[in-house]
Amino acid sequence: MGNVEYELAETAEINAENNNNDISLCALCEREKQSRKFLSDMKWIERQRAFMDFTLSSLWRRKVRNLSLLLVYALVIFLLSSVIFFAHALRKEAEAILEGSPQMIVQRTVGGRHSLIPIDYVEKIDQIRGTSSVKPRLWGYYYHPASRSNYTIMVPENYSRTDDIVETGAGVLRTWGALWDGKLYLKAHDGEAIFLKPINTMTDETDLVSADLILMSETTFRKISGVPEGYATDLTVRIRNERECQTIARKIVQVLPDTRPILKEEIIRTYSSLFDWRGGYVIVLLGGAVLAFFIFAWDKATGLSAEEKTEIGILKGIGWDTSDVLMMKFWEGVVISLTAFLLGVITAYVHVYFVSAPLFEHALKGWAILYPKFTLRPAVNAYQLAILFFLTVVPYTLITIVPTWKVAVTDPDVVMRH
Amino acid sequence: MIQLSGINKTFNVGKPNEFQALKGIDLEVALNEVSVFIGPSGSGKTTLLSILGCMSRPTSGRIWLNGREITGLPERFAAETRRETFGFIFQNYNLIKGITVLENTMLPAYPTGITYRVIRDRAVSLLEKLGIESKAREPVEHLSGGEQQRAAIARALVNGPSIVIADEPTAHLDSELAQRLLDIFAGFKKEGKTILIACHDPLVFESPVVDRVVSMRDGRIVENDH
Repeated sequence: MGNVEYELAETAEINAENNNNDISLCALCEREKQSRKFLSDMKWIERQRAFMDFTLSSLWRRKVRNLSLLLVYALVIFLLSSVIFFAHALRKEAEAILEGSPQMIVQRTVGGRHSLIPIDYVEKIDQIRGTSSVKPRLWGYYYHPASRSNYTIMVPENYSRTDDIVETGAGVLRTWGALWDGKLYLKAHDGEAIFLKPINTMTDETDLVSADLILMSETTFRKISGVPEGYATDLTVRIRNERECQTIARKIVQVLPDTRPILKEEIIRTYSSLFDWRGGYVIVLLGGAVLAFFIFAWDKATGLSAEEKTEIGILKGIGWDTSDVLMMKFWEGVVISLTAFLLGVITAYVHVYFVSAPLFEHALKGWAILYPKFTLRPAVNAYQLAILFFLTVVPYTLITIVPTWKVAVTDPDVVMRH
Repeated sequence: MIQLSGINKTFNVGKPNEFQALKGIDLEVALNEVSVFIGPSGSGKTTLLSILGCMSRPTSGRIWLNGREITGLPERFAAETRRETFGFIFQNYNLIKGITVLENTMLPAYPTGITYRVIRDRAVSLLEKLGIESKAREPVEHLSGGEQQRAAIARALVNGPSIVIADEPTAHLDSELAQRLLDIFAGFKKEGKTILIACHDPLVFESPVVDRVVSMRDGRIVENDH
């Protein structure tokens, strides 16, 4: 290798070494930056741990005041979330039950009231394109004087039992009273006595709508209700494409002007608004309690006692700055409100889904004599819970910080004069 | 060295109850010494110590600590300086009731971000040094006056400050306990700490541990003896 080549190679080697040094220097800087960031993060965490530690001992010092606040707070959250859970669960229940039902029910109206529908309407509706099946339905109510209750009587599709056997919902035998030789005694439309053997086949899941239900054969039904042959209570219509429901409903009214089609989505909407209305009604009643709580909380949280003011002065005097004091108070608010929130929500969950909400069932389920007995399937609406969280936890935490801030921004030297 | 130049402090400025607590204080305080500020009530001792310790700001004038001006530090930095450079022993101890002696001692270190275990070990060793480690788990209100004061001293030292400020430290102590406190201060001095005391107890300002006595009256320095 010549001299020039040797020098070039040496220069290239030095450059490469310098480059390597630069790279390793950058890597070192980067590593140092990362370790500094890590240390600062760790310091932040340690600070929060320390503040939290002091907050917890601080809360424990005023345990009577804080526990009473916590209990009242949790009670308010419990009441509100119970209503929310319950109304939501009922809505879900109704939706689940109606899921398998036909898309449309066609009723006949006479004088603006529901009347019996001729069975030959089935054929006319069946001819409308888009319908997959049209079936007559027989149902009605039976008043039993002994129990002073109204029961829903109905003929299911493909009823396989004999005329003297009926299937009953869970609430029927509970309320009916004495049986006649193990049979239900009913009076036919013409006054004739009918004895029917009851069999309970319905599950608790459907109790919301089946508690008062008695299923029977068509012959028995016509005998009891007096619905003549050739007539039904209403017609059920199944439709291939759900999006065509509105169009088909319009066509039915054109062909049969004395009918009124009711869409499934309308029923769901009615149920929904009914439960929403009942939920809203209970929440309005609870409004007073919520307001009372916020006045109580406001008073407790905003009125710093002379002792607390002195303590803030001491903390500032020994080296805490305003943000440290605020952070400590923030944790205090978070601990109380979050504990109350979790306590309230969990208790409400147990209250609604495990013991069927004894506090609200009368107001929310309805006013019938036959209260359905059933265990609701847990259904939690995260959106509603989030709203409840932001309406309770956040305001409380904020209202605790404001008065502390007012005290904490003053010079700590007042503590020297205490 | 702590230097003060033209320090004035007026309370309730512009109000009918306006009051000038300090009037044009010029002073240099050497480090590693015990300095005592004496004077009757209302002479401005406590106000001067609170300004020296970054607890309040002068209405006018400037302060330097080891050549660094600390007069108008933003609140966050003033708190940091207060926490890291100064340790305060208040007249009424100002311990927080309801929590233990150990927790009280650890409090000034909470905002530093030092790990809990390190703070606790430091606090325990200070309580041991001051002879009240057996009271560490007791609420402060169960302690006697002398024990409370030692707890307050431990709290003042937990961040390892170089300057200890004590306001009327012997006000609630009998002669024996006051002497024991002076012995503690002597120990601090040996460790190289600066001690600033506001006091009108002759037992303190006549003690041999004291290097300097500054007399105050009506917000002014009237005598400055070494």
